[in-house]
Amino acid sequence: MAGQLRVEVVAVEQRVWTGDAEMVVARTTEGELGILPGHAPLLGQLAEPGEVRVKRAGGEQLAWEVSGGFLSVTADGVTVLAETAVPTTPAATR
Amino acid sequence: MAGQLRVLRRRIASVTSMKKITKAMELVATSRIAKAQERVTASLPYAYAITDVLTALASTADINHPLLVPRERVRRAGVLVITSDRGLCGAYNANAIRTAEELITKLREDGTQVQLYVVGRKGVAYYSFRNREIAQSWTGFSEQPSFADARPISEALIAAFEAGADDEDNGAPGAGGMDGVVGVDELHVVHTQFKSLMTQAPVANFLAPMQVEETEAAEDTVLPSYEYEPDEGLLFDALLPKYVNTRIYAALIDAAASEWAARRRAMKSATDNAEDVMQTLTRAMNSARQAEITQEISEIVGGANALAATGSEQ
Repeated sequence: MAGQLRVEVVAVEQRVWTGDAEMVVARTTEGELGILPGHAPLLGQLAEPGEVRVKRAGGEQLAWEVSGGFLSVTADGVTVLAETAVPTTPAATR
Repeated sequence: MAGQLRVLRRRIASVTSMKKITKAMELVATSRIAKAQERVTASLPYAYAITDVLTALASTADINHPLLVPRERVRRAGVLVITSDRGLCGAYNANAIRTAEELITKLREDGTQVQLYVVGRKGVAYYSFRNREIAQSWTGFSEQPSFADARPISEALIAAFEAGADDEDNGAPGAGGMDGVVGVDELHVVHTQFKSLMTQAPVANFLAPMQVEETEAAEDTVLPSYEYEPDEGLLFDALLPKYVNTRIYAALIDAAASEWAARRRAMKSATDNAEDVMQTLTRAMNSARQAEITQEISEIVGGANALAATGSEQ
């Protein structure tokens, strides 16, 4: 199933971004990690400071500088939990 | 006579300008409630997500993190009271403090010492006026708390909770245990819950140790078997304090919404009251003016009659 990932980036104060993407790249405390659709369920603590990149269909890239973050991959999609998420690409600002 | 009229006019003018102020504050509070509620709604996705993650983690990992295990003996309890920085919000602070006092009395009756943590200038003023010891206080953000405001609070509380783990049992002063720091064995939060625009009720909640609820998962839902990076224990250690952070942040924004709702209601009744006072004063002024006119007429008539009487005698 070469479908799409359902991605949700939530910070404590608000939901930062939600949408479909082809790939999520993040760095956990163990190392850099790319998540494609169909990835096994995973729970990870993100490195500090860490960047989370989302690649959307059509080559669009979004990135956030995340602190105090966790990554949760389930069958439903990817959730990035962050205490603060600061957009580093213009497309991620909204 | 004329003096009374002037006094009444002046009072009406001052009540009118006071009414303008309270009306403006009422309108400001109304718009702030909406903003505060938006912040509460905006914080929900994260709260749900972190609860999901913790649930998944707790079902697989061992649950013996210090933040989850009740202490055998509760010697000291920490109570966090959330009040406002400014007044003019009716009984908001009085109610929050009363609920906190009830909790503290109950804890004392159980033989527990209480350490106070206070948010908001009104709470600090209440306790310092009564010479009650405050372990730590935070002020200046009660109207619009941000997550950055919540973090130092929960860091301090968690530190106190962790320091309480090895305290000596004898209750003597300076029984700080191995680390020499006197900590707490329980954490409570008292904040005002926003129920509706008309009702806000102060509530006391347990913050730590957290209670783990065992629930049977529905049969058709299979919890995913997660991979963990790093391992479960370390993840749990990292996640639980974050969860405490969000609990405190949630309490702060809930309290802020309640504060604005309480202020709106207080200002609304002040405005209504000002209208009543204006009406009474206007009536008093009108009757005073009427009385003055009547008196002038009767003086003139009396004077004319007197003149007429003297003229007819000659």
